[in-house]
Amino acid sequence: MDTIEIIKEAFGYSFMQRAMIVGTLIAISSSLLGVFLVLKKYSMIGDGLAHVSFATVAIALLLGASPMLVSIPIVVIASIFIMELNERAGIHGDAAIGLVSSFSVALGVMISSIAGGFNVDLFSYLFGSILAIKASDMYLSIILAIVVISLIVFFYNDLFAVTHDESFARVIGIKTKRMNYLIATLTAITIVLGIRVVGTMLISSMIVFPTVTALQISRSFKSTIIISAIVSVLAVIIGVIGSYIFNFPSGASIVMINAVLFIIFVSLKKIVRI
Amino acid sequence: MSKIIEVKNLNIFYGQQQVLKDITFTIEEGDYIGLVGANGSGKTTLVKAILGLVPSTSGTIQYYGIDRYQQGVGYLPQVAVTGNTLFPAEVHEIVGIGLMGSKKFPKKINKEDNHRIDDILRRLDIYHLKHKKIGDLSGGQQQRVLLARAMVSKPKLLILDEPTSALDPKVRTEFFKLIKDINENDNTSIVLVSHDLGSIKKCSKKIMLLDRELMYFGSSDDFTINVNFVEGIHDHMHMEVTN
Repeated sequence: MDTIEIIKEAFGYSFMQRAMIVGTLIAISSSLLGVFLVLKKYSMIGDGLAHVSFATVAIALLLGASPMLVSIPIVVIASIFIMELNERAGIHGDAAIGLVSSFSVALGVMISSIAGGFNVDLFSYLFGSILAIKASDMYLSIILAIVVISLIVFFYNDLFAVTHDESFARVIGIKTKRMNYLIATLTAITIVLGIRVVGTMLISSMIVFPTVTALQISRSFKSTIIISAIVSVLAVIIGVIGSYIFNFPSGASIVMINAVLFIIFVSLKKIVRI
Repeated sequence: MSKIIEVKNLNIFYGQQQVLKDITFTIEEGDYIGLVGANGSGKTTLVKAILGLVPSTSGTIQYYGIDRYQQGVGYLPQVAVTGNTLFPAEVHEIVGIGLMGSKKFPKKINKEDNHRIDDILRRLDIYHLKHKKIGDLSGGQQQRVLLARAMVSKPKLLILDEPTSALDPKVRTEFFKLIKDINENDNTSIVLVSHDLGSIKKCSKKIMLLDRELMYFGSSDDFTINVNFVEGIHDHMHMEVTN
């Protein structure tokens, strides 16, 4: 059976269709947010929140509740908490994230040991599993991704101004604090959506990789966002198909493709310069 | 001449420390004020108070005929934030940010905005850089782009915080010439913060000398006799530190 046949067969399964739909939406949301987070030097917020989602997934599995429904409110609160710590004097932003991160992982490990140790279910949340996406997960993802993407589109110019020069944005009357909270909240939602496909350990790569890849060749802010979204969607589609064919965890496959695309773009930049 | 900003008995504390003490003055239409003083004299704090970035502890700042947030005041910040050469943005995108203050949700750049961006780029002689990436420009060019961002909303008052400190002497002279020209021909009042008293005295109409208190505010020409006085302040400050 050649590759085309395998891909055709893959798309015949409803779990693959769900994985593709959810994966593409997360790819777009995370790459759009990624541009603002990376340029504001907030990349680590994604990483910190991903660790928080590990704890919330452990709690949900222990209680037998839906991991997404349990995670979203808690991770959103954590994102606001991290932003608050960030704004306060006396504690460094990256250190604040480190505190929240390690505390959450420790909490998650304790809860999962109460629940009888790391089982298959928890492992699938660590590194992503396309087999596990339920129809209800998909509908929730579609709704939330539309909310995330449309808020970014509507507030594009405010977010751009705040990202480029926060004090100037404040002078011209943009509500900079509100914009920072908007970015943090949307990031929290995107991360929770992403844990099913990419997993809590690797979801922050969906925020960082496409942006850094796009930055290799982009000139304008708008082109950075567009290239980042294209790179991100491409990585998810190839990664999910690869994960089906080779039976790898989907998260790991997507990150590998992102890494390959990054290397290609870095090389392109070098070649163009010469 | 009509006044645009009136500051009365302004006091600002950072915690226990008093940064500005009982400052009172008026900025009038057409003014070109050189705001000078030693490091730590409160220049930047005063500018930030006028811009609403720092709350005043007591006293008032009144704005006449301008809205601080909407096209009233243009601001060129002290540090070239775009010193970050990795930031992906073209010149016209950066200048467009200057128009966002007066817009309602959802903020979009329209055709008219594009004309305004083109106009200000031509006015500052940087139209040919419109589609260049900001990080690829020289220090002087970047400074002009940020000036365009401050001026694109046609503000009545332009506040420049140490605009020339990162520029080489030739570019610095050109920049001062440009600011003088803007003050005289575009009906824009200027407040230029500088620690380079020599250069600013030649260009500005008025000098404001700060040392936490307002030490001098008046015509630049009359300020000559006070140069020794400025040095005296430096000595005074050293004494305070050593004590």
